[in-house]
Amino acid sequence: MNNVLERPPHYKQPLLTTPFHDRARAASVVDQFVPWAGYTTVDVYTTVEQEYFAIRNACSVYDLTPMVKYRITGPDAENYLNRLVTRDVRRIKLGRVAYSVWCNDDGHLIDDGTIFRPSATEFLLCTAERQLDWLLDSAVGFDVSVTEITETIAALSLQGPTSCSVLKAMGATGVEKLRPFDMRRFTTADGIELTISRTGFTGDLGYELWMAPDDAIPLWDRLMRAGASRGIRPIGSQALNMARIEAGFVMPNIDFVSPESVVRIGSGRSPYELGLEWLVDLEKGHFNGRRALVAEKKRGAVRRLVGLDIEGNKPAEKSLLYADRRCRREVGAISSALWSPTCKRNIALALIDAPYFSLGAEVWAEIYLCRELQWERRVARAKVVPKPFFAPERRKVTPAWDR
Amino acid sequence: MSRRPHAIIIGGGHNGLTCAAYLARAGKRVLVLEAADRLGGAAVTRDFAPGFSVSGCAHLLHQLPRAISDELGLARHGLTFAAEKMPTILLSPEGTHISLSAAGSTGLSNADATAYRAFMTRMRRFAAHLRPMLDMAPPRLGTGAWADTSGLLRLAWQVRSLGRTDMRELLRIIGMNVYDLAEEHFDSRQLQAAVAFDAVLGTNFGPRAPGTVLTLLYRLAAENGNGATATAQPRGGMGAVSDALAAAARAAGAEIRTGVRVKHVLVRGDRAAGVVLADGTTIESASVISNADPRTTFLHLLGPQHLDTGFVRRVDHFRQRGLAAKLHLALSAPPPFRDLDAASSRGRLIIAPTLDYIESAFNASKYGAFSEAPAMEIVLPTASDPGLAPSGQHVLSAIVQYAPYTHTDGWASARPKFLDRIIDALESYAPGLRSKIVAAELLAPPDIETEFGISGGHWHHGELAFDQFFMVRPVPGATQYESPVADFFLCGAGAHPGGGVMGVAGRNAARQVLKKAA
Repeated sequence: MNNVLERPPHYKQPLLTTPFHDRARAASVVDQFVPWAGYTTVDVYTTVEQEYFAIRNACSVYDLTPMVKYRITGPDAENYLNRLVTRDVRRIKLGRVAYSVWCNDDGHLIDDGTIFRPSATEFLLCTAERQLDWLLDSAVGFDVSVTEITETIAALSLQGPTSCSVLKAMGATGVEKLRPFDMRRFTTADGIELTISRTGFTGDLGYELWMAPDDAIPLWDRLMRAGASRGIRPIGSQALNMARIEAGFVMPNIDFVSPESVVRIGSGRSPYELGLEWLVDLEKGHFNGRRALVAEKKRGAVRRLVGLDIEGNKPAEKSLLYADRRCRREVGAISSALWSPTCKRNIALALIDAPYFSLGAEVWAEIYLCRELQWERRVARAKVVPKPFFAPERRKVTPAWDR
Repeated sequence: MSRRPHAIIIGGGHNGLTCAAYLARAGKRVLVLEAADRLGGAAVTRDFAPGFSVSGCAHLLHQLPRAISDELGLARHGLTFAAEKMPTILLSPEGTHISLSAAGSTGLSNADATAYRAFMTRMRRFAAHLRPMLDMAPPRLGTGAWADTSGLLRLAWQVRSLGRTDMRELLRIIGMNVYDLAEEHFDSRQLQAAVAFDAVLGTNFGPRAPGTVLTLLYRLAAENGNGATATAQPRGGMGAVSDALAAAARAAGAEIRTGVRVKHVLVRGDRAAGVVLADGTTIESASVISNADPRTTFLHLLGPQHLDTGFVRRVDHFRQRGLAAKLHLALSAPPPFRDLDAASSRGRLIIAPTLDYIESAFNASKYGAFSEAPAMEIVLPTASDPGLAPSGQHVLSAIVQYAPYTHTDGWASARPKFLDRIIDALESYAPGLRSKIVAAELLAPPDIETEFGISGGHWHHGELAFDQFFMVRPVPGATQYESPVADFFLCGAGAHPGGGVMGVAGRNAARQVLKKAA
């Protein structure tokens, strides 16, 4: 299945299709697909609003297959990963998953992702971007093998308040006992084996389902049947993006760029700057970027990614931020913005210079609106507020909701 | 050593010993740990056949600064010379050799003799202005620190102070290839080749490679300050230099142990805290200094687990494969070089008849083959120092170019064939040489790697090229003799200003260590 030669040449099929493609194609009403990591994936099936509310009020299915997956095995696998990422990998127990980030020598974020520990000597690293070169260069001096296995695993993200009950209806007995970041093997009522982890990118109750590509279509069908009475709905990337902003999650190439792919000095961002210091364990021993991060911590932050609550209801996408209403002193910029339908707030993630990033600080967002080609400029008051914007209790309650 | 040493130096090569001597003279407790049973690294004298000994790697001393030999009192510690101010003899198969020396040249046309004198005067002037670069820890870019800015200004001033004409000429030629430069200046093809040969000796370059004028200038800058001896042959071989350095270090209070292999550096709290030996013993110290090459130092002694991926990637990509072989012949009689007088036979003999001869020799190496007609620097050590062989018998030592680190057939089968080719080449200059050979030894780069513990077998511990030179040597993040790990330093040829038996890396490193400790 991993044989590249069996495929049409890349110039005839520049984008691959995932094992769920036939079902996604059939469910797509508006035929809106986007490329993602070399695959064609659904941006919107019906309408963004409809899909968004499936996440928050019922249950959503998102094709996660293009997420890049690496298998890391060997006697040094744990030491290798511990040197690679900012968290202490030794503390990830068997059957657990951890969210982490990894940095280059300058302590700038290369990517974020999840680390799965299915067995003592094996890890799976699930990332947004391809980075085999960095992972292999990091393997110099370690007895590990790093293999990309993206195509050998099909994956779906099942997110929303009814996700647990859908899985139970499908035969995943005991799935409600999974705590956040737990993972386990399950067998469905009709014998499909899959791994379910209680993880996701929505900040809600939800699961990610990992299976063999051959089981993809049967599982999709099984899931849709089980979820029919529980409001299940396939969703595209746009709806997911709304949910992740509400959850306060950063997105590569939107809220930060990999320093391995930029040309401008100073484009890199550290975990401290992105508000991810809780992922950085300076005491665990050496890891990539540690010395730079120690120095940065000592110097103090010069900028920081924070949540903003902005006056009005016009999303402040890519707005510049100012210290004053007259927009004379620029202090930052917004990277992700949204009118949050659930919070009923105009929210954003923004990178703001010191000292304007402290909680409660006020800055001004310059918003441009285009109305029938008439440009209008609004300057709206924005207040630094805590993240996440939306964090329902159900996201972490165990046993999970199964209504 | 009863108390914890201030510094442990891993490796007792000439730079390690120099560093030890300077640190000990500054009152530091120094412990040198050498894995081999003899000191000196690539500056050693050793047996290669019963009764015959030879300088095992480097075989001439031409870059040891007067300042170091005076400061450390090497003469007092037993360093004497069997030959000094050795002329360079450009061998010709017909016996019409050309001799080049500080005193002048013989065998050249008047025009070439004049051109050569003018050329060398100008190149030596450039070298003299570049020399201060060698004796300093190179400034760092982008730090904004005054020490770095002033270092850069000094460098700029050294170049500017050449005056407008010479500065322009230096900037014109510094990125050039030596092939073009030699053709610009001389008519004699042998002289052109000799100039080019010095530029590519010990490098991975042919004469047409850009950057070979830089290597020539580097060689001349390194020779600047070598005092009265110029190119010299230490009595007792190159090991005598190491012995004198070791004696100087011991006299200053350093402790030196041989046959002690360091397994890895002990890192505690992100600082070097000592070493762990192969037998499991731990020796703690306030700092650790590595005389080993960058790859060995960072990837094996320190270990990638203490380093960042980007840094490891740079070390991994550091070009440090040697392209020169070393030949040792034990001879039953003086080598029969045609028409070579006694004075010339005590010189430095070059086989490199034309620029294209060297370039063709280089071409083979690009494709994993040795040179069918190799270029050579030959020394007959016993001509000046008969004690290296049984009475009446002789030793020939030669650096032979080019020999790729990886031979497509493997060196086990290539080595005897290459030896045969080399002896063929020598035969055309010294007919009957083959019949005088009692024993022969040929060290290809992998042999040099194994014997001297230099990863890649490059005698500079890494190519001297623009991208591995001066302020980026060996790699960004490990400049100024420091490393990403605190209290862990470099003092070997992999650091600025590189190899050649010079000791400057060792001395510069000692200064930097003292500055950090202050």
